[in-house]
Amino acid sequence: MQKLKTFPKGGVHPPEHKLSAGSPIETLPVSGRVAIPVVQHLGAPAEPVVQRGEEVKVGQLLAKGTGFVSANVHAPVSGKVFRIDKKFDASGYKRTSVIIDINGDDWDPEIDRSTTLRKEITASREEIIEKVQAAGIVGMGGATFPTHVKLNVPRGKKADILIINGVECEPFLTADHRLMLERGEELVVGIRILMKALAVTTAVIGIENNKPDAIDHLTKLTADEPGITVQPLKVKYPQGGEKQLIKAITGREVPSGGLPVDVGAVVHNVGTTLAAYEAVQKNKPLIERIVTVTGKSVAKPSNFLVRIGTPISALIDAAGGLPEDTGKVVLGGPMMGKAVSKLDIPVTKGTSGVLIIPDNEAHRAPVEPCIRCAKCVSVCPMGLEPYLLMDLGVYEKFERAQNERVMDCIECGSCSYICPADRPLLDYIRLDKLRVGEMIRKARQAAK
Amino acid sequence: MDKLLTVSMSPHAHGRDTTPKLMLGVVIALLPAWAASVWFFGWGALYVPVLSVLFSVIFEYLIAKYLLKKEPSIRDGSAVVTGLLLAFTLPVNIPVWILAIGTLVAIGVGKMSFGGLGTNPFNPALVGRVFLFISFPVQMTSWPLPKGFATADAVTGATPLGLLKEGMRQGEHVANMVRELPTNYDMFMGHMGGSMGEVAAVALLLGFLYLLWRRIITWHIPVTILTTVFLFSGLMWLINPADNASPVFHLLSGGLMLGAIFMATDYVTSPMTPQGMVWYGVGIGLLTVIIRRWGAYPEGVQFAILIMNAFVPLINMYVKPKRFGEVKKNG
Ligand code: SF4
Ligand code: SF4
Repeated sequence: MQKLKTFPKGGVHPPEHKLSAGSPIETLPVSGRVAIPVVQHLGAPAEPVVQRGEEVKVGQLLAKGTGFVSANVHAPVSGKVFRIDKKFDASGYKRTSVIIDINGDDWDPEIDRSTTLRKEITASREEIIEKVQAAGIVGMGGATFPTHVKLNVPRGKKADILIINGVECEPFLTADHRLMLERGEELVVGIRILMKALAVTTAVIGIENNKPDAIDHLTKLTADEPGITVQPLKVKYPQGGEKQLIKAITGREVPSGGLPVDVGAVVHNVGTTLAAYEAVQKNKPLIERIVTVTGKSVAKPSNFLVRIGTPISALIDAAGGLPEDTGKVVLGGPMMGKAVSKLDIPVTKGTSGVLIIPDNEAHRAPVEPCIRCAKCVSVCPMGLEPYLLMDLGVYEKFERAQNERVMDCIECGSCSYICPADRPLLDYIRLDKLRVGEMIRKARQAAK
Repeated sequence: MDKLLTVSMSPHAHGRDTTPKLMLGVVIALLPAWAASVWFFGWGALYVPVLSVLFSVIFEYLIAKYLLKKEPSIRDGSAVVTGLLLAFTLPVNIPVWILAIGTLVAIGVGKMSFGGLGTNPFNPALVGRVFLFISFPVQMTSWPLPKGFATADAVTGATPLGLLKEGMRQGEHVANMVRELPTNYDMFMGHMGGSMGEVAAVALLLGFLYLLWRRIITWHIPVTILTTVFLFSGLMWLINPADNASPVFHLLSGGLMLGAIFMATDYVTSPMTPQGMVWYGVGIGLLTVIIRRWGAYPEGVQFAILIMNAFVPLINMYVKPKRFGEVKKNG
């Protein structure tokens, strides 16, 4: 076994609870009516291109990305467009969605639905980026940043390493783990595709050491792949944070306010990489994803391959139904996931998991005075002082917060997690970031 | 769905540490030293700390409830730690009424007058201890000599540092006093005069290991204090062994271990960053040796900690953690 790498400063060790690690990926069919939001990514909303009453096929374009930082949305099901309306999504807001009444499963004939592995990459660099953009691929680890943007290395910069994020450092989640075990061959072709797009000769797959089977499997699969290696990583949250992962693997530190490519690195999640394989080799847009459904009281913790738009209630039913003692339902993992108030919201491109938290763990403990134990400072992977940033938020000293580098916060939640006084550190830090962000935008406008 | 779901911002998980658990951890870490002091000083060393804790908790409760008119928060356990630490700095034959005054000053002046846990700039136990030291110098310096477990009338005498200071005042050379001073081994094991909690370095070090293992504190403060004292006193000793005590003597005598491991590391009154902790520890180490060597009192660690407590806000203001992705200047 290789020496484990890790990021040097901060981090926490929440209990892993990978309950669904042994559950193979099951394909979950969907029926009835689904709502497909036109914003499932970070960036400008996509513009619907279908009409009410129109028949759509699986894979047909529903909404077109507007501008460079945006992403196309395709029909994950076939049927009739019922209407285009505002519907609740995971954000808790109503968002424009294309609502489709499902009818059969009629695919766009352009899409290669066979399971044959297509290894040979015939597409040129430009074609790859074009296809990834056309397929509406976004970061599937949860950040949902449009992938084609990350593949277009800005002029004057050069990438020399591609890092594939198979860390899955969030407790409970196992979707990426199962993907690496069951879709490894396709994943490796996907890595080659991304390497070609970025014109790099080195790719490293980072995997936390709590997934030895995935490490072994991919090490074997990449044995004859020049330039691709697997790097086992120490189990430490947030090992999968982009900046932490780059630091762990290359030793390079993305400068404050900068991009990974500033230090020559580009990071893509394993799910994103698989989607790139399907888009380039199979002509298949991003219409489905693997979602973990889990929780301490969940009868059958599972990993499902589902179409985008499937209501999360259907996933929960398939995993044995909503437990009696449910207190909270979170999309994503416990550290960075988003709590939702309704269960009829759709799975989107960034939904990595549905975590069901029992009521006795769903509530925060009362806030106690800060005892200045410095634990929040020592766990912050970005070298910030969360106790101070919270105070600056409480007293609305946002300029000072900016000087104390609040914008560097990656919202990993390690500080709130560790605080013995249960202080809502990250809540106030988010407030700081919001206000400082406004200040920065205003200053920029004034400068113009 | 008829059930209401809880919605809150991430993170949705929380670690197991709570304030009472951390405080309990400190109490557990003090148990070896407590046991050692019962062994050396007899039953008095068992009940004086218990009384001290009781007084502290009661005073905190009464002050919070009737003077500050807020919900008493004695459950956080910090008053227990303060009471215990104060007792550990006192001689075992301390009269109970003096003990009561000490706890009142520690809790009332040292902590609650600033608003309670988390707001006080000075270590409350040390505030109480220094107040008693100045107000009742006679009772506070009649140190019982350890006579073994449960002996009747303890004999009182001076601490090793007291002996040293007295000897130097009379113009004696340190080298000539060696016979009067306890051996390093005796001091390490606790065979010396002193306050209840400070005599057995070995027991205090055991507590330190526990604190590190439980991740209640980090190594920075104790290790920098002890290293600084060792190096600084060692340097003086090398230059002039006739007039200076050996660095090992400095490390093992007085309240240095207790102060470095349990007092200087008090969360509220110590710096927030590892780098800051190192500065703070170096400051305490230097001041301790300076006061011991040139000051009016034989022991300096308590004053040194209080002085450095005053610098903590400044240290927190200027000593920042190493930021991730710091953009290098001229780079
Ligand atoms: S972890 Fe909590 S109690 Fe400790 S310093 Fe940070 S905010 Fe204060
Ligand atoms: S301040 Fe931000 S980056 Fe640091 S621990 Fe808290 S959430 Fe994570």
